[in-house]
Formats: sequence, structure tokens, C-alpha cells
Amino acid sequence: MRGESATKVKSGEVLIEAHGLRKRYGATIAVEGIDLTVHRGEIFGLLGPNGAGKTTTILMLLGLTEADEGRISVCGADPMRDPLTVKERVAYLPDMVGFYDNLSACANLRYTGRLAGIAARELDARIDSALSRVHLDTVADHKVGTYSRGMRQRLGVAEILMKGAQAAILDEPTNGLDPQATFELLDMIRTLRDDGMAIMLSSHILDRVQAICDRVALFSRGRIAIEGSVRELAAQVLGGGYTLQVDSDPQSSTGNGALAALLGSVDGVSSVQAEGPGRLRVLALRDVRDAVARAMVNAGAPILRLASVEPSLDEIYRRYFEEINGTAHVTA
Amino acid sequence: MAQRMSRRSGSPWRGCGIVFTKEFSDHLRSPRMLVLEWLILLTGIGAVFISIQGLRTTTAQDPFLFLRLFTDARESMPSFLAVLGFLIPLMAIGLGFDSINGEFNRRTMSRVLAQPIYRDALLLGKFAGGLATLAVGLVTLWLLIIGLGLLRLGVPPSGEEVARGFVFLCVAVAYGGVWLSVAMLCSVVCRSPATAALSALGAWLLLSLLWPLMARFLAEIIYPPTDVAILLGIQSPQQIGLQQMLARLSPSTLFGEAVIGMLQPATRTFGVVFSSQVQGAVAGAPLSFGQSLLLVWPQFTGLIAGAIILFAVSYMAFQRKEVRA
Repeated sequence: MRGESATKVKSGEVLIEAHGLRKRYGATIAVEGIDLTVHRGEIFGLLGPNGAGKTTTILMLLGLTEADEGRISVCGADPMRDPLTVKERVAYLPDMVGFYDNLSACANLRYTGRLAGIAARELDARIDSALSRVHLDTVADHKVGTYSRGMRQRLGVAEILMKGAQAAILDEPTNGLDPQATFELLDMIRTLRDDGMAIMLSSHILDRVQAICDRVALFSRGRIAIEGSVRELAAQVLGGGYTLQVDSDPQSSTGNGALAALLGSVDGVSSVQAEGPGRLRVLALRDVRDAVARAMVNAGAPILRLASVEPSLDEIYRRYFEEINGTAHVTA
Repeated sequence: MAQRMSRRSGSPWRGCGIVFTKEFSDHLRSPRMLVLEWLILLTGIGAVFISIQGLRTTTAQDPFLFLRLFTDARESMPSFLAVLGFLIPLMAIGLGFDSINGEFNRRTMSRVLAQPIYRDALLLGKFAGGLATLAVGLVTLWLLIIGLGLLRLGVPPSGEEVARGFVFLCVAVAYGGVWLSVAMLCSVVCRSPATAALSALGAWLLLSLLWPLMARFLAEIIYPPTDVAILLGIQSPQQIGLQQMLARLSPSTLFGEAVIGMLQPATRTFGVVFSSQVQGAVAGAPLSFGQSLLLVWPQFTGLIAGAIILFAVSYMAFQRKEVRA
């Protein structure tokens, strides 16, 4: 059940492309046939439980681990044959990124900047502008040992900026951050995309990811189970792309059951669930707010609230894994 | 996989100099290095100072008076050489035991390897940085001792003494290189720096203290002493030969032999001397510099080869290591 992602593909060129990636560590299969593409100017999210193969996929894309099978092209180079070119063009922010605690932020960036082959006369200017973009310019000369988790993560983003890469791969960038720091970091990632980078990130903080990802891929046991925009995934997994929440007066003559039956008959509605006294959840294939309101008014049911609920990635994720676990039980 | 590796493009040495510079400056500024430097400095200078006291009272006709600074031992104080043979491994292990696993534990490894460099450059840069630090320490110590000797003995060293001293310095650096390789191998293989340090120190104790004894036992087992040998209270030549060969597997034996051969010019051979070798020799007469160099050359190259082999092993282990924790 692979999702059709064609509907919302950006017009930008493909920067990261993988076909049929496979990787096993001894007897355990880490990645089992993954295809993906990431375009310039989009944020692509890798989601899935721990051990689903997200980090392995990322490492293969960077040429930091060898794929057993498959074809990869990252910024026009093959990471297995030409890892240096790939690493020149792609920036990587690892999971729980570390820095040399005894060096200042500047010195840390200078080291990686020189390793990245940035010319010495350009380097300082690039570091300064990168640090000021992530609001670390005031503490640039402090040792990184004094930095908080959020500051380190921002320093990681500064490294991406300094490198001037075409694409950035971020592994669990929001891991261990408080809500405020998460918000700031995601905002910075969004500006990277707006600069025209292709961004790939993996995360398990789903509602945050949802806010910034243009497309997501749901990993499960080394495969991409479904892929597409959040809305497309909702349509596939939840059976409806749009969710409405309807509040009616529980004391009114039309009871919950009758109202549910009424709304279920509206054209375009795929299912109706009762969520509490007077509250219903309507799943629909398209925006049916108008039709639902008309139906309720015609039936004389009071409308206290009628709201469109953004499909939550959390829910999609939970439902999807419930489903596959459920079928696993049946077959077992 | 091997085919893919051979086709990889780009220079494996790219970034090596940058890693070297960083490691070198890190080492020179690290408190650990400071502790090690002071340890070596104090014990080394202490040993030399005491040997100077002795030399001043005996002021012999020795043409190689200066070299005796390094080799003379007094009752309570071991010779400078013995101190160095003990402390160089300690310093090398101290510099290398967390070089690779430390990067993993700080979680900087994947970030550094995500830069356009190969792992080769990282490992070699780190090794070279450690070796350069070691060399700087040893050269400083060497110069200090010569200065101390000049001041306290009041005799300038001859050209040959300086040359012999310089070879000794090179041997000391090579010896440090062997232990640095051991420490780096441990740091590649062991996840935790503490385990790596313990394994390296264990190897050091085994090779320096226990191995010479074990070599003796092994030789005795393989060539049991004959009745004649027991009667005469001597070991058979085969047994001695094997014992010596086994003992030379330990870098400390090689180091000991090489520096003695260099710093005590009268040394003609190590181990058994056959009567044919002494024939026509003037007892106690020093060898020329070239002959001494020839004598210690196998030991010197042995040390360098050991360092290279151990480095190659850690290189292979590092290439196979997965980047992810």
C-alpha cells in the first residue's frame, strides 16, 4: 500500500534519490528495499518506531555505511563510489549531536569547516553569519561544554548553514529538546527549506514534524509502509482526508444516535463516531462542512460547534501500527 | 565490497593535516598532557641529577662522560633510561587510549565523518598528532638534560655523543610510537575509554615485566637443559637464542637493547658472546658510531615495524567499525 506522492511533488529538482536500498547487519535485516526521492525546497520526514531502519537509511545516503544493494544518488553523486563529493554537498546533523566541549562554538565550527574544505578567508565570515542566524553569536566564544541541549542543536544547524550545503539530513533533530527549543529549531529548519535546500529529517515527535514536513514516509520493519503528504496518509489510513468535529446539544430531541445516522447519510462522509454526549467525529473524503451544517439545520438539531480538525499524524501513526499489528495477530 | 572500496574517488589523505593540527593543539593544551609532562620531567630530571652527583665525584677518564648521564644508576634511583622505558609507554597510552572511542562517546564521530574526508585521514591524523606531541615532549626533555649536563658537569658533549644522543631520541620516539599504536588499537576495539586504557596498560605490564620471565620459561620448556648444561650451571646456546628471540617480541626489550647499544659505546653484542666474536677485540674499547648504529639497527627498525603493523591492524578494525553507536 505505497502512497502516491505525485500529487504534491514540488517542481524542484530531485536531490536525494534511492532505489531498492537493502542493508543487513548479520542476521538482522535493517533495511529491506527502500525507494525515496527528496526534491529541492521540500522537507521530507522519516517516521517510524525505533529500529525501523531510519538511521540506517540516512547513513547509507551519506555513504557512512555501505548499502548491500540498491542505487543511491545524492546531489548528483553516488555515496558509495564518490563519498567525498556527497559529503561536500550534504550537511548532516546526527542524532544527539556532539561537539568538542573544551572548544568554543567558533572553534568547533572552524574545525569542521576546514575539514569540509571551505577556504580559510571565507570561513570566518561564514561562521559568523551562521552563528548569528541561529542566535548564538553572543555566546560564540563560550566553550560548548556550557551549552544547553537546545543550543547544541542550534549549533548543529549553524554547521549546516556554514557548510552551504544543497541538502541537509537531520536525524531526530528535536530529540531531548523542551517545547520552546523544539519550536525554535523547527522554525530554523523551515528557513533552511525556504533557502532552497532539500531537507530530510527523522523524528518521533509527530505533531511537531507534521507542522513542517511537506511529505512524510512511514517506516516499518525496514520498509516504507506509506508515503505522501499528511493529508494523503490520513485519507489512506483513517479512511477519510477530512475530519470534522460536531458539537450538538445533548439535551435536544435528536439524540446522539439519530444525529450520527443523519450525518452518516450525508454525501461524502465515510464514517461517524460518537466521542461523548453531543459530540461526534465525522470522517469525510472532502470538505463537507457545508453539507453537514445544512443537514443539521434541516433536521432541527442545534449546532454548537462545527470545526474541521487537521488530521493528526499521531493518530495516523497509531492507527497504522495498530492495523498492521492487528493483521499480524490474525495471521499468527 | 572490496571492489567498491577500490573504486572510491578522492584522496584518502584529504583533511589529514587538519586533523593532525587539531589533535596536536588539543594534546598540548590538555591537562592530561600537562600531568604527563611534569611526571616525566620531574622523574627524568631527578634521575639525571642524581647521576650527575655520582659522575662529579668519580670523574673518570671516560670519553663518553656525557652519555653516562642517561645510563648511570645510583642506589636509590634508577637510571634515566629505566625511568624513560617506564614512562614513555605511560605517556603514549595516556595520549592514545581515548582517541577513537572518545569521539564516539562525545558523539562527534558521525559529525566529523560526515565531512568530506575518509576515515584514513582521521586515524592517521590522530596518530601523527599523538606522535608529534610525544616527540615534542621527548625533545624538550632531551634538551633539558643536555643543558643540565653542560651546567653541572662543565664538559661540552663531543660530536659523537650528540649523534648517539640523537639516535637515542629517535629510538625513544619510535618506542613511543609502538605504544601509541597499541593505545589507539585499544581505543578502536574497546567502546569505553576506561576499558581501552586498562587493556593498553595491561599489555604494557605484560610485555614489559612478565614477558621477559615468560620468555625464559618458554625457552626452557622448548629446549630443556641438557645434563652437561645442568652440570656446568649454564644454559644451552639454543635456549638462550630462543629466549632472546622471544624476549625481543616485547618492545621494551627492543628499546632497552637499542638504547644500551647506542649510549654505551662499548656494547658489541646482545646476549651470548662467542669466543670467535671476542677474538682480537680490545676489551672495553668503544665501537665507532657507525658500528653501534649497525648494531642497534635491527632493534630500531623492529620498533618502527611494530608501530606500523599495530597501526595497520587498528586501521582495519576502524574501517570495519559502524558509525552508528
